[in-house]
Amino acid sequence: MALTSIRPGRAADGQAEGTARVSAALWRRAWLRATLTLSPPLAWFLVIYLASLVLMLITAFWTVNPFTNTLEHTWTLANFRQLLTATYLSIIGRTVGMAAIVTVTDAILALPFAYYMARIASRRGRQLLFTAVLLPLWASYIARVYAWIVILQKGGTLSWALTKLGAGSVNIGYTNTAMWIVFSYIWLPFMIVPVYGALERIPDSFLEASGDLGARAWRTVRSVVLPLVLPGMVAGSIFTFSLTLGDFITPLLVGGANSNFIGNVIYSNLGTAGNLPFAAALAIVPIVIMVFYLLGARSLGAFESV
Amino acid sequence: MRRSGMWTRAGAILAAASALALAAGCSSSSSGTPSAGSSGGGGATSGLTAPEANAPVPSSVGKTEGKLNLIAWEGYAQPEWVKPYEAATGCQVSVKYAGSSSEMVSLMANGGGGQYDLVSASGDADLRLIYGGDVRPINIGLIPSWKNFHPFLQSPPFNTIGGKHFGVSYEFGPNVLLYSKTTFPTAPSSWSVLYDKKYAGQITVPDNPIQIADAALYLSKTKPSLGITDPYELTQSQFNAAVSLMKAEHPLVKKYWDLASQEISLFQSKTTVVGAAWPYQTNTLDAAGDKVADTIPSQGATGWADTWMLATKAPHPNCAYKWMQWVTTPKVQAQEADYFGETPANQLACPLMNKIQKGSCDAYHANAPESYFKTISFWKTPLAQCGNGKSDCIPFQQWVTAWTGITG
Amino acid sequence: MEGRLARIGLRIWVGGVLAFLFVPIAIICFYAFNSSNVQSWPIRGLSTKWFSVAWHDPQVRAALGLSLKAAVLATVIALLLGTAAAFGVHRFRFFGREAVSLLLVLPLSLPGIITGIALNSAFNFAGVSLSLLTIVIGHATFCIVVVYNNVLARLRRVSGSLYEASADLGAHGFFAFRTITVPTLSTALVSGALLAFALSFDEVIVTTFTAGAQNTLPLWVFGAIRLGQQLPEVNVVVVGVLALTVIPVIIAARLTGAGGITRASAGAVRTPRD
Repeated sequence: MALTSIRPGRAADGQAEGTARVSAALWRRAWLRATLTLSPPLAWFLVIYLASLVLMLITAFWTVNPFTNTLEHTWTLANFRQLLTATYLSIIGRTVGMAAIVTVTDAILALPFAYYMARIASRRGRQLLFTAVLLPLWASYIARVYAWIVILQKGGTLSWALTKLGAGSVNIGYTNTAMWIVFSYIWLPFMIVPVYGALERIPDSFLEASGDLGARAWRTVRSVVLPLVLPGMVAGSIFTFSLTLGDFITPLLVGGANSNFIGNVIYSNLGTAGNLPFAAALAIVPIVIMVFYLLGARSLGAFESV
Repeated sequence: MRRSGMWTRAGAILAAASALALAAGCSSSSSGTPSAGSSGGGGATSGLTAPEANAPVPSSVGKTEGKLNLIAWEGYAQPEWVKPYEAATGCQVSVKYAGSSSEMVSLMANGGGGQYDLVSASGDADLRLIYGGDVRPINIGLIPSWKNFHPFLQSPPFNTIGGKHFGVSYEFGPNVLLYSKTTFPTAPSSWSVLYDKKYAGQITVPDNPIQIADAALYLSKTKPSLGITDPYELTQSQFNAAVSLMKAEHPLVKKYWDLASQEISLFQSKTTVVGAAWPYQTNTLDAAGDKVADTIPSQGATGWADTWMLATKAPHPNCAYKWMQWVTTPKVQAQEADYFGETPANQLACPLMNKIQKGSCDAYHANAPESYFKTISFWKTPLAQCGNGKSDCIPFQQWVTAWTGITG
Repeated sequence: MEGRLARIGLRIWVGGVLAFLFVPIAIICFYAFNSSNVQSWPIRGLSTKWFSVAWHDPQVRAALGLSLKAAVLATVIALLLGTAAAFGVHRFRFFGREAVSLLLVLPLSLPGIITGIALNSAFNFAGVSLSLLTIVIGHATFCIVVVYNNVLARLRRVSGSLYEASADLGAHGFFAFRTITVPTLSTALVSGALLAFALSFDEVIVTTFTAGAQNTLPLWVFGAIRLGQQLPEVNVVVVGVLALTVIPVIIAARLTGAGGITRASAGAVRTPRD
């Protein structure tokens, strides 16, 4: 960009007169600029996303004609009453519990990996590792979960490997343990990426200073690294938590007889039963949970302060 | 100040969106509600009228439209008979597979939504589709194979209302007991093996609320005191008994299968040794070399009788008619019967079945079908109106709720 | 800072995690050569016939084409609207800014099944028939968020004094946009677009509810696993897609210095200086 002559109010060399006028008019009217920039995305979100969410939430107060599967616009709280029964409360509890365990697992798996990637690996190594983390996201999610069935089934890869190592066989296919493994596997890249981002941002000087002050490695990790990495972990946990709350494919494929999760109960209520109002009522549960989670994450600094 | 600002703004946005949706929602009417009259006396659905009963039917099949969209059970659109159809008619077939009748009903909402042409609906979906106005009558005269159908499948009550054919019968079959020949050298003679603690953790049954009918069928023979005559018309006490049986079975079940491929996977890895299945799974496992077989135990079986039904808003009706003509020919009927393990509607299929696989005509009862047909309790939608004039039977929606409680 | 023991330990950990990430991929590649359509362990036989089956399968081609179309369209919409949203939130202080930034994060924070059901019921209600358009709308909704996060994070790191200097030198808004903003944002846009494309291409949960009678590639896979007759073909297709995307992913990692993509999570990370 060449330096141009200074003529206030007039277009600099290389700029068209007409666009300069429009540009100046816009510069004077910040509200116009704001409206023009914000209206398209906001319109999309309000009209398409928020309105459909609200519409779905409204159907939670309706019922469906069981014979013909058509919606009946009679207002009722029956769906919510049904939610508060033991069956569904235990399903919700199980899902939230699994989401929490998976989040913790992924955080533990991701931290040393991301630390190595951010602070120890060479530039080449970092790019390689990054490619390695992102590449699985391009292999179909369903195919990857399906591959785990082969690995975890009776006499499958895991069992075979353990037998060869002399550790005896395992039969964890179609159990909640299997689901824990598969969930942790699938969401791991989503946790590694923000944790890596947070670690990458810690200036070397912080760690050096901590060393200068006499802290050994573990103390530095505990007092300096972890607090700074926490926002990244929380950002990653938003993914792992919400994705586990709503997933129906993994419980369907990998789960056993005690694996009714919110996601697949919603899915089966829609498909097998065609009961949109009840599915919507059940869907409110993860929405409420995630809204609280997001607010908590914000206070922990996962988003930059606005 | 900032926080309250955010909440008031969020609240305003939410209120605006809600008002919009509410206003729109209250002013619209739900689509396709059937004109339900009083259901006094007689059959469970008497008094209901089929909205599309008087829709015009074509007198001939016109020019094909180049495309066909099906909703079908897994195994109903195999390349062996799809490819010749595509070559002969130029209609490119695309299939959406559904795992349950309710899923089919959902997909077919609003007359197929202008997307789907045909659905291979089982008996429990047929009436719901008809009375929901989602399917329309066809001109059975345009299906030449129909005259060769077994008489009881030409105009069965689940797809023919008031003389109007809402589709053409296709094939029928039982839900069988699949077992590993290693564990069971001789075929089990009773469904009790599914409830037997001896096989804990090695049992699998379908993840479908209609399974409760299987438990009811079993109880109808093993606990006659309950008085179950029709496994789909259950009073509260009969229903409770069936549900308790399934809940007792729950700890023994390894997995409630949703996809046929899952049951196949369970058996070939020897995770399960016995389970409720479709003959499709048996055939696939057998072809892959696994030692399994299926049987119908002494208490009988539930089953399905399928009809290809035409969507009210089918975008490619001529291709649809060509499909219905094609899949009712003896050759395709035989191929399907052999592939899936079911019984054809077309009587002329029997010798062709034996050509594909010797003895299959007998194995699938294609030569003595009427008596066989009567032994199967075909899927039908559980309604509050019991057949005997009472209205205290448990409707399907409660089956669904109970099912979630059973599968835990 | 890290001692030798720590480094060795970390290396082992990294190796372990990499193995964890890639064992299923290896299984998929291996079973692409399965001669039987039943996925048993140990494998029953090897064969390359499924490669030819997949290549000639019109359903796969149609699904792949639809996936690509949907991903491209969704990414374009996301780039336009996501960048606009990022600018809006970053540059202007307006009443309700916090609410808007929360709203813009929702599509990725709420489970996909909720977005799917909501959109499906909205489409049914509005009488919009499900087609490529509805698929794109569904995908674009969360792709916008991805681009928004990327661009916003980058905008926050760009010093405002660049614009003041350019204005002092006589450049008007559009000119400054063209010559300053776009170059600084370029890597953020590229990484955002790439991640949006990836998310859209492999999306199945929302697409189940927003697709009509057509199949994107993930939907085709979902149908194929029901049948279980074409499992090796599914593996072949996945291997094919992976082979095609290895190069772009490597390029992207190199282009953005591996760091640019870190901003692609649901929410930028607070820097130590804030």
